[in-house]
Amino acid sequence: MIPTSFEYVRAKNLSDAFKLLGKHAKVIAGGHSLLPLLRFRLAQPDTLIDIGQLPQLKGIKKAGGGMKIGAATTYRELLESKELKALYPLIAEVTEHIGDLQVRNAGTIGGGLAHADPAADMPPVMLVLDAAFLLQSKAGKRTVSARKFFKGPFTTALKPNELLTEIQLPAPPKRTGMAYASFEQAASGYALAGAAALIAVANGMITRAELAFTGLADTPFLAPAAAKLVGTAGDELISQVAAAAVAGVEANDDIHANPVYRAHLATVAARRALTTALGRAR
Amino acid sequence: MATLFGSGIKRREDPRLITGTATYTDDVKLPGLLYAAVLRSSYAHAKLTSVDVARAKRAPGVVAVYTGADLKDKLNTVPCAWNVPNCDLKVPPHPVLATDKVRYAGDGIAMVVAESRAAARDALDLIDVDYAALDAVVDPEKATQKGAPQLHADVPGNVAFTWKVAGGDAAKAFAEAAVTVEQRILHNRLLPTAMEARAACASYNPGTGQLTCWVTSQNPHIHRFLLSVMTKLPEHRIRVIAPEVGGGFGSKIPGYPDEALVCFASMDLGRPVKWTEDRSENYKVTIHGRDHVEYVSLCGTKDGKITGLRTRVYAGLGGYASTAAPGIPTILHGLILSGPYTIPNIDVTVYGVYTTTTPVDAYRGAGRPEATFLLERMIDLYARKIGIDPVEVRRKNLIPKDKFPYTVATGLTYDSGNYQGALDKALSLVDYKKFRAEQAKARKEGRYLGIGVTTYCEVCGLGPSQVAGAVGFGGGLYDSALVRVYPTGVVRAYIGAKPHGQGEETTFAQIVADEFGVPVENVEVVAGDTETTPQGWGTYGSRTTAVCGSAVKVAAQRVKEKAKKIAAHLLEASEADLEWKDGKFSVKGSPDKGKSFAELALMANVAWNMPTGVEPGLEATAFFDPSNFVYPFGTHACTVEVDPETGETKILRYVAVDDCGPQINPMIVQGQVHGGVIQGIGEALQEMAVYDEDGQLLTGTMMDYAIPRASQMPNVETAHTVTPSPVNPLGVKGVGETGTIASVPTLVNAVCDALAPLGVTHIDKPLTPARVWAAIQQAKGGKR
Repeated sequence: MIPTSFEYVRAKNLSDAFKLLGKHAKVIAGGHSLLPLLRFRLAQPDTLIDIGQLPQLKGIKKAGGGMKIGAATTYRELLESKELKALYPLIAEVTEHIGDLQVRNAGTIGGGLAHADPAADMPPVMLVLDAAFLLQSKAGKRTVSARKFFKGPFTTALKPNELLTEIQLPAPPKRTGMAYASFEQAASGYALAGAAALIAVANGMITRAELAFTGLADTPFLAPAAAKLVGTAGDELISQVAAAAVAGVEANDDIHANPVYRAHLATVAARRALTTALGRAR
Repeated sequence: MATLFGSGIKRREDPRLITGTATYTDDVKLPGLLYAAVLRSSYAHAKLTSVDVARAKRAPGVVAVYTGADLKDKLNTVPCAWNVPNCDLKVPPHPVLATDKVRYAGDGIAMVVAESRAAARDALDLIDVDYAALDAVVDPEKATQKGAPQLHADVPGNVAFTWKVAGGDAAKAFAEAAVTVEQRILHNRLLPTAMEARAACASYNPGTGQLTCWVTSQNPHIHRFLLSVMTKLPEHRIRVIAPEVGGGFGSKIPGYPDEALVCFASMDLGRPVKWTEDRSENYKVTIHGRDHVEYVSLCGTKDGKITGLRTRVYAGLGGYASTAAPGIPTILHGLILSGPYTIPNIDVTVYGVYTTTTPVDAYRGAGRPEATFLLERMIDLYARKIGIDPVEVRRKNLIPKDKFPYTVATGLTYDSGNYQGALDKALSLVDYKKFRAEQAKARKEGRYLGIGVTTYCEVCGLGPSQVAGAVGFGGGLYDSALVRVYPTGVVRAYIGAKPHGQGEETTFAQIVADEFGVPVENVEVVAGDTETTPQGWGTYGSRTTAVCGSAVKVAAQRVKEKAKKIAAHLLEASEADLEWKDGKFSVKGSPDKGKSFAELALMANVAWNMPTGVEPGLEATAFFDPSNFVYPFGTHACTVEVDPETGETKILRYVAVDDCGPQINPMIVQGQVHGGVIQGIGEALQEMAVYDEDGQLLTGTMMDYAIPRASQMPNVETAHTVTPSPVNPLGVKGVGETGTIASVPTLVNAVCDALAPLGVTHIDKPLTPARVWAAIQQAKGGKR
């Protein structure tokens, strides 16, 4: 479990980090995703750029009706923010179950999202919240919707010379309920299948419904079937929508769950998340 | 003075263990230390066509690289030390590094020795190996079938041994039986996962010809012998030190190639060499546990009297026969198959089978969990078939408490027991009748509650040395203690066993302090160094307290007898007139004039005024060899609720009633039960080593191999009955393994009971949600 040798550079500022970025460099903040890859020699970078201490990548602030989170903000810092919890209780709910205390103390939200584990808990949350990610490089900056960010297992829209610097959360609609339900793989704690849901209601009718999965397929994804709930009272339709959302998806197959069971768990998770979200919206 | 025996004082080991001040093998640092890394086969089964180490030898920091060809004539092969008789055992050579062929993914091919751990690891990537791949076979039953890949030239059908035991007339019993139940039972392969992985550090002194090897060992004297065999160095020139050992669960009993390799490298290079396993390497090369395929039949009457048990066992041994491997599925499994019951007719055949997998050896319980599981599972199947409450079936077949010592059909003689007492206590604690009523009510509401009740007994406290010899165990099974009293009255006990987490540093001090009437703080227990401790056989098989603890007791008694002689001399009285009271020898009737233990310690050690014919000093050594094994027993009960939608099992209550005789330290006993039960919950619900068809371990890291986590664990409620054993002076029985032995069937039977209304009769463990859900789906589909 000894990595290949590499240069370690603690970036003094962002432009310092941009200069070092490239094909043979890896970025580290909390290190909880990267270190196992290094130790297994699955990643063999020449240079490790530590951005975990950069103040400009830290912090949670209000922005319009929404919020902005610095990419190097730790899970613990997310949990300590009362404002974040008030506006996006789903983030706190999910963060509490990421890793263990040590992981949450060191691991960062941006690091986890950029790592793009197909069974991580946070990506589906970002999808239902319709977050946007600020990507920066020497050349400038661009914003990519979370819904276009996750491309495949451990693969994102990030270019080798770019850094994910900020997570931008739009204002949630009024009278919104959010929920997450998942089934953990017993060893890793990652989701065998998990679903995040967001439902807004007005006058007893659903005005917006979002549903996203993790662990189910090769990348977290938003399920369009949730839209069928809009304009209805929800209740009876939820089970149908949960089943429709999973139908036709090519579910992952591994030693922990075959595709049939995994798809079934995803259906149950979707139903439970939608039901809880609807209850909370009301 | 209150006795310490029976007092739940805190473990003295804990402060250093939980503050990071303990010294483990990997903490050993010596001047000029070199570091070793072993290149492991990436194939499960292949011919080695070439191993080219030229590039690795030239790499920066590399001092030496050794291949199997280099060592072929310099080191002996790795011995198997349990040569079970009458089973045609075939133990093919296990070279310390593969020479012509690799037989599991992880088999050692070459070793690099370098100035740093990183340099050694880097150089492994520079070794070029050409493999000619052969087919793998990971299933022990399939490995015996025609056309299966052959691992060893002289082992046809990969069958290492065929072992049989029979008692009564099973054929007749089955022929005449009114009811028979049959089940194929799989014992999932487990990864022992001690918190500390293995390590070895060797330092050879070319001047004196002495070799010192620090090694993660449960039995340093056995390791000294095995290292002597492998390195060809005489035993008296080898010192083995097992410093702090972070758990073993059986995985640190065997001799492995790795420690012989570092010893050889140190002898070859004249510098100390250390090797430390990482977790992935640990999962790949340290022994695994269980891995049986069993075909079991049980027969009995319609009213619940069990008349016969038959099993055919395919026990996977892995690529080579590890140190104790042949004894586990045979002696420690086949002989105890009737458990606590009066089953008159038994017939067992065990095939030990080589497969292209990591070697399998003793893992906490070693054979007895497998035996207990199949027996308890079969009894529940039988009870369901005849429509009688499973607890009543058990009660009907338990050995009556007035029948001890009791000889079972396989020939073992159980020492003592009161199985009904433990059963009654457990049923009362779990409130069995009330739970059955709740279960019936829940079923009407569409909820699936279940209960499992296991009555068990097991054989441990290994054991009489004469029996060890008779069953082919390549050593004795007595143990030893040297109790030494210092001039100031403080005491050290040097013991032959090697506790590595079980708490005997505390409990043995309690024994000695009681004997001498001194504060427990004045007694230290020392283990693990063959230079200072008398010959012993180590810590495993729940033997340390029953056997080594008894040696401590006897040695302390001998010391006290000598102290009494000195006291009589100093008090000018005859020994017969002395009494021992409040930590003093005094003349009966004049308690004011007495000699305390500390005074006698001083007088013995300065020897100014000794009785005629009594030597100076105050110490004694005892070697204790028990007259029989001990047979702890008890009843475990567990209630669960299964979510039929997801297959998830929630443990509602877990009640463990164990009888290990009198308890020296009830807190430590409770800790052993807690740990064992939770390890068993892992086996029952989630742990399984999985290989793919090519023999690659798919559960190679803790991201895929699911040991239980604190957050998943239930509150384990413990209680006890006390039935002393007549076979040792303390009356104690072992309790280190009862948890893993009793808990697995308890859990599985509870889940199967919960799902009975759906028609589910059996699910292969581990009962992961995926498997439980699949079983429910299958049952709903009408299949049984």
